[in-house]
Amino acid sequence: MRPWILNAALGATAIGLAAAGLMLGETALSVAQFAEAFADPASGPHEILFDIRLPRTVAALVVGAALGLAGAVMQGLLRNPLADPGVLGVSGGAGLGAALAISLGLAARPGAVEAAALGAALLVGAALTWLAARFREPETLILFGVALSAFLGALTSLVFNFAPSPVTLAEVFAWLLGSVANRDWDDIGRQLPAMAVGAALCLYAARGLVMLTLGDEAAALSGLPMRRMRAAAVAGASLLTGAAVALAGIVGFVGLAAPHLVRAGAGGDPGRVLLPSALAGAVLLGAADIGARILPTDIELKLGVMTALAGAPLFALIAWRAARSWRG
Amino acid sequence: MSVLAVHDASVRRAGRQVLEGASLSAQAGEVVGIVGPNGAGKTTLLRAVLGLVRLERGRAELAGRDVARLSDPERARLAAYLPQERHVGWNMSAARVAGLGALDVPAATARQRAVAALARVGLAGLEERGVLEMSGGERARVLLARLLATAAPLIVADEPVAGLDPDAQLLALDLFREEAVRGAAVLVTLHDLSLAARYCDRLVVLAGGRVVADDAPADALRPEVLREAFGLAGRLESSAEGPMLVARRGRDR
Repeated sequence: MRPWILNAALGATAIGLAAAGLMLGETALSVAQFAEAFADPASGPHEILFDIRLPRTVAALVVGAALGLAGAVMQGLLRNPLADPGVLGVSGGAGLGAALAISLGLAARPGAVEAAALGAALLVGAALTWLAARFREPETLILFGVALSAFLGALTSLVFNFAPSPVTLAEVFAWLLGSVANRDWDDIGRQLPAMAVGAALCLYAARGLVMLTLGDEAAALSGLPMRRMRAAAVAGASLLTGAAVALAGIVGFVGLAAPHLVRAGAGGDPGRVLLPSALAGAVLLGAADIGARILPTDIELKLGVMTALAGAPLFALIAWRAARSWRG
Repeated sequence: MSVLAVHDASVRRAGRQVLEGASLSAQAGEVVGIVGPNGAGKTTLLRAVLGLVRLERGRAELAGRDVARLSDPERARLAAYLPQERHVGWNMSAARVAGLGALDVPAATARQRAVAALARVGLAGLEERGVLEMSGGERARVLLARLLATAAPLIVADEPVAGLDPDAQLLALDLFREEAVRGAAVLVTLHDLSLAARYCDRLVVLAGGRVVADDAPADALRPEVLREAFGLAGRLESSAEGPMLVARRGRDR
């Protein structure tokens, strides 16, 4: 498949999901009400469509795109098809930041929990960027990431341990499960700058990711500024992941699955897989959010639960196929 | 002026002296082979030439300039490297991988150079085949094509014929000779001493991190050196196709 066809198809699907996201919701709107929504900015239907459903849908799409792009960059950088934005501890850092902020009672201040999540993710990202500059081998970075992830998870447990009340605990849990319900335009606007910078860094690093396919030493002699590109890849993926977690909580598997779904269509190329991965991530999360809305459950299914339920079997399938190809 | 010159280079790694006072040079149009037993420091010497390891002492120059002071693009214009590691991370097409040797030219030109290089290594018609769907030998040829597509004045290849069938080994070495005729300097490590003697203008023999001989093949592989560096009792004999090593183990190792 030609890359532009893949990108166009994914883009069209994302737009279709956005439209579906506007149509579907708890309140069923009639055709007349839809007309009213577009005609009268002060009407109730307008508020439902443009202040509740649209921001929620846009949040799902941008979080999906950020995670898909971050996942593709991580897999390219670490030359590992099982890497995802969470593997190096960035999601864990963001989760810890949010948990701390909530248990310190900052949840009432608009943007405070998000800022804590993004800030913590950036700290982890900075540490990883420093490590990536010092150690070229992907294995080293993965090992540090696993250690960092485990430690951040332990710290988050510590926050649970000392949670002042069961209510706080429930709040932290609810946040960590991941959701884009009730996100407004301000919430999205606060994370967009970090996402834009992250995406720009990832695109800058794209050619370096392609060269890394041949290993560190071949890449080092390619004439590309690999040290800078490696740092840009880590920093970019961290910014994207941190901002995504800040906006929607921890949503797993999208960053892992999106690159896999489009890799063959992008000719296996870790640079050309970036854009379709972002689009595929948007499609996956857009679809998951619609699923969460329309599934007839008494309590709405959280987005992170939804993606994990669908994603874990996919992960197993990927491992199964990989194992078969290793056997030859 | 030498395309490459290494003066008195020493490298320590993990408390072990892996290279000690090694000197080396290569001129345009010359194929220089580096031979020596496992662990002699061959790969480290190549990496020193390319500025990929820090020298404890000494100096490495490409085209008369200190390699440690070259920018990334300058170094890439002066030298191309085929590492021993032949792992390819993703299933890109042969043409895309070979085209990575020509990053500094427009995509269409890179593609032309890649296709031409793939034809030279005998893979015409397999341009769109994914490299992870190829045999190990075919993949090694794709990586060799990537090296050729660089058109760099210095070609450095670490064990380029390891794991190749006999025909592919001779093809690879023929291609290095062609590159030398084009005016490139070629620096290559080899384990097969017969092939090294037959294809290289000069051989540098390493043992224990030191250069023990640097001479035309017949002199570099004289019986004393074979015994000292490799522990072999033997000699080079001439054949219709060039020199051949005849040897047996000369000491218990």
